[in-house]
Amino acid sequence: MFYRETGQFKSKYKEELAAFPLAEDKVGIIILLVIAYVFIPIFGIPGLPFEFTMGAIMIPVFIFTITTLGLNILLGFAGQISLGTGAFMGVGAYSCYKIMTIFPDLNIIICVILSGLVTAVVGMIFGLPSLKIKGFYLIVATLAAQFFLEWAFIRVAWLYNYNDSGGIEGTNKEMFGLIVSGPQSDALTRYFIVLTLLVLLTWLASNVIRGRIGRSWMMIRDMDIAAELIGVRPLTAKLSAFAFSSFYIGISGALMVFFWLGAAEVESFDVSHSFTYLFMVIIGGLGSITGSYMGAALVWVIPVLIKEIGKTVFGFDAFIMENFSIIFLGVAIVVILIVEPHGLARLWQITKQKLRLWPFPY
Amino acid sequence: MKKLFIGAVMAIGTFISTISLSFADELLVPHMTYRVGPFAANGTMIANGFTDYFLMLNERDGGIGGIKVNPEECETGYKAQVGVECYESYRGKNALVHTPNSTGITLQILQKAPEDEVPILTMGYGLSAAAKGETFPWAFNYPASYWSQMTSILSYIDSQTGLKGKKIGFLYLDVGYGREPIPVLEELGPKMGFETLLVPVAGKEMQNQSSHWLTIRKEKPDWVIMWGWGAMNPTAIKEAAKTRFPLDRFIGNWWSGAHVDTQSLGAKAKGYLASSYTTTGTSFPAIQDMIKYVVEPGKSKTKMDMPGKVLYNRAMFNAVLIAEAIMEAQKMTGKKMVTGADVRLGLENVKLDEARLKELGLEGFTAPVMGGCADHENGGSIFVQQWDGSDWIRQTDLIPPMTDVVQPLLTAAAEKYVSDKSGWTTQKCN
Amino acid sequence: MEILYAIFIAPFVEMGSYPDLFIQALWDGFVAGTLYGLIALGFVLIFKASGVFNFSQPILVVLAALSLVSFYKMGIPAWISVILVLIMFYVLAWLVERLILRQLVNQDGNILFMSTIGLTFIIIGAAQWIFGGVPNAMIVNELGFPSGSLEWPIFGGGVYFEMIDVSAAVIAVIMIVILAVFFSKTKIGRGLRAVADDHQAALSVGISLNQIWVIVWFVAGIVALVTGIFWGARSDVSFALQIIGFKALPVLIIGGFTSIQGAIIGGLIIGLGEKIFEIYWGPLLGSGVEGWFAYVIALVFLLYRPQGLFGDKLIERV
Repeated sequence: MFYRETGQFKSKYKEELAAFPLAEDKVGIIILLVIAYVFIPIFGIPGLPFEFTMGAIMIPVFIFTITTLGLNILLGFAGQISLGTGAFMGVGAYSCYKIMTIFPDLNIIICVILSGLVTAVVGMIFGLPSLKIKGFYLIVATLAAQFFLEWAFIRVAWLYNYNDSGGIEGTNKEMFGLIVSGPQSDALTRYFIVLTLLVLLTWLASNVIRGRIGRSWMMIRDMDIAAELIGVRPLTAKLSAFAFSSFYIGISGALMVFFWLGAAEVESFDVSHSFTYLFMVIIGGLGSITGSYMGAALVWVIPVLIKEIGKTVFGFDAFIMENFSIIFLGVAIVVILIVEPHGLARLWQITKQKLRLWPFPY
Repeated sequence: MKKLFIGAVMAIGTFISTISLSFADELLVPHMTYRVGPFAANGTMIANGFTDYFLMLNERDGGIGGIKVNPEECETGYKAQVGVECYESYRGKNALVHTPNSTGITLQILQKAPEDEVPILTMGYGLSAAAKGETFPWAFNYPASYWSQMTSILSYIDSQTGLKGKKIGFLYLDVGYGREPIPVLEELGPKMGFETLLVPVAGKEMQNQSSHWLTIRKEKPDWVIMWGWGAMNPTAIKEAAKTRFPLDRFIGNWWSGAHVDTQSLGAKAKGYLASSYTTTGTSFPAIQDMIKYVVEPGKSKTKMDMPGKVLYNRAMFNAVLIAEAIMEAQKMTGKKMVTGADVRLGLENVKLDEARLKELGLEGFTAPVMGGCADHENGGSIFVQQWDGSDWIRQTDLIPPMTDVVQPLLTAAAEKYVSDKSGWTTQKCN
Repeated sequence: MEILYAIFIAPFVEMGSYPDLFIQALWDGFVAGTLYGLIALGFVLIFKASGVFNFSQPILVVLAALSLVSFYKMGIPAWISVILVLIMFYVLAWLVERLILRQLVNQDGNILFMSTIGLTFIIIGAAQWIFGGVPNAMIVNELGFPSGSLEWPIFGGGVYFEMIDVSAAVIAVIMIVILAVFFSKTKIGRGLRAVADDHQAALSVGISLNQIWVIVWFVAGIVALVTGIFWGARSDVSFALQIIGFKALPVLIIGGFTSIQGAIIGGLIIGLGEKIFEIYWGPLLGSGVEGWFAYVIALVFLLYRPQGLFGDKLIERV
């Protein structure tokens, strides 16, 4: 009824190939953007304390969405599985910290983007084995990267400026006279920065994926030998996927430390986090940008919800609720894989298909 | 599907309405716990000891100054990211003092404390440099920092076998926590004439220490000091016994000498030493009260065998200090409902001397803690305890730290911490 | 020059000057290697029979050890507890087959792998809920394993053999022999290999996929129980034990995903290699290299011999 393409005519190929060929989709995106940029900053999530909404829900979800986008590029679009996501976020965070201390006056956003580039280079280096191996073998190779990097974050004291605490800490950073990062920064300022970066990165990802590089990734994913035969170079395709994905992951790591946590130890980048990010991709949907949003939001928010509901409504102690949410995540993974291996995003697509015909199917 | 959706909406609705409830006439003492996760065994003890003391105050005295205390737990699972979520959930509720129970979380909230005006008390963990009250007005680490502890342990070793010409092995968990005391060893080694052998244990190798102990066997240190945690401790003790290292030359720090570490080993761990600042056992009237008012009636999650254990008693002492600080704050401001800023003053003016300890029913339990504006550590003394096969037995009197060594290090560390932080809040003490 | 000396000469001098220590290191590496091999064996069994890279094998080890100790603590005699654990694993195997694997027949390997990560989380949550997170001592003596240690005075020092380690090595060897025979000589064993080759072909010649999967998960559970007992005896039984499981992945790479002997030999290579490297060369890198050393060996193998020492070579066609 509301969602149909009847009467929307395209007269150019360019229009057909647009990211959102349907007018309804365009309207939907604009509404979402308005909600994100106007409504949430003004009203928060109704009923929730504003600071909690920002600091414990919105900012982390946006940051993890960037991570998920990155991992999804690698796993969902290029078909290369990685369990080193946690450590690659660490590369972003530590390199951002180093850049910040070497050039204290540099704009922090530039620091974040530079750290993404550093991570891209590191990602490419650790992606080299992918040229020869795939599948489970690649899992082991990326785990090697994870463990080696974790070791380096502890052992190379230069990375954390020989701090006694062994961690990296953010400090107040100004931009246009406004404190944007660090303890004195306003949650709302950080929210807008993270949101804007997320929007820009999503736009970039959606265009790259629909472009030549993105299509070569998907060819490699679907059948690498066939792709090679029709002229896709596995070297460039795989390495560019690693680089692109690591760029996103690095940015999200830097954002996580300097726009959310405020400080971090190596624990924030350990292998258990790699699994969490993998879950976000799986639950959201392999090879889907919308899915990245859904997966990150769900995997982050559900345990928070379960914990709070259990505590306040049922009076269960934290022990039970924590175990319950671990089990819930596990079950969610299995169920999603069985019911719809393409995750929530695919379910959303099915819903959209149904909506096109509603209320008169057939 | 529809039902599920409606259910979910309702659940979220109730959640939203409950989370925003305000607790107007309670003293909110936030408490980040880890009853689950890899360190749950330790975390459960700590959480129970802390909570029980406040529950006991509520039952016995009707709270502090007539106002009930709400020791609200937030489960972190020892994960730093969840710590932020917990911190945010306490915001705007007039939290009095934070107990993050994790060094990682401490680092994250350390910088936010001055902005939110809620002090942090990290008892026996956190950043050593926080002992410098002038640089860290909002952070406290009574009764002793890791650095003080290390010097005390070294003077214990000195008193036993002498340190000159000896080789000291340092077995540590390879994270920030374990690496922290290394500067003290580096500083004191040449001064006191001992050699240090560093043996790092990576987090993943906690339960797989045979090569570390072969290294120790190869290098033959005279003593081994351990900065371990969780599953690392029992494994290390087992491996030490296996390599025939004398256990009475093996000394753990205060997080490496709890009942959870040695109980499962029993007689195998006999002779193993550890430092501590709180005595074990239930003979103290305060603990008796906790058993009587809280544990026996089943008002908490504590099982009968928990009170008196190392970590339970230590967490209780943490709660005692907070209660004293709140009381002090009430006295100083004349208000019953104090704020975080008041409790900060209370923490600086805590007077837990022998007389007060006796009054609280904790005579001889620990060293007195006298708060101060410049000294947020109170140079606490520790003692050494030994596992006799079934329980921890206190071996020594209080061993004071080498203040002359620790203080310059603390000052330097505090300066270094502040050096790259713009807009850092400090205070002047006179 | 000094660096070259430290790398190429000093370690060997040390080995020669304290031969007792060197033998001890070899023995420790051998024991650790056997145990890595046992964990890897669990992976191999399931991969061989169903093509599933079962990520939950490490948590099965924890589950086995934890439930065994918990049953014993409830007052059930030790050997009956073992039987209870076995029954539990059979039920678990059946549930996994019924609820997860059967639904995912013919799916891509990555999907199956990810579903076992989901399974890992379910088991972690449930086990922690039921048995609690407190570390326990393994009931070694109660199960009748010898305790204490043998001492072999040699070269002015001594080499110590813990009896429990000796038992672990012996039992590991017995188990591998039995499994190897089982796989190559019995009807079920041949069925298992047929399933691994091709699900549909196996089905068409009358092999029951479901039955095979239950059996193989159950056998992997038995292997997990044995592993759990011996790792639990070395360090306490707790969830942190799961981390050891990551050590098994490089073992798989070296030995090959489909070879039972490979799992053990790979385990030994890693176990011996990392102990010797850590003790004699580790100090050059500031020690603690054990965590990733195994992975470095694995990477080298990946680049030069991706199918491992004993694995089947995969040939891909379009």
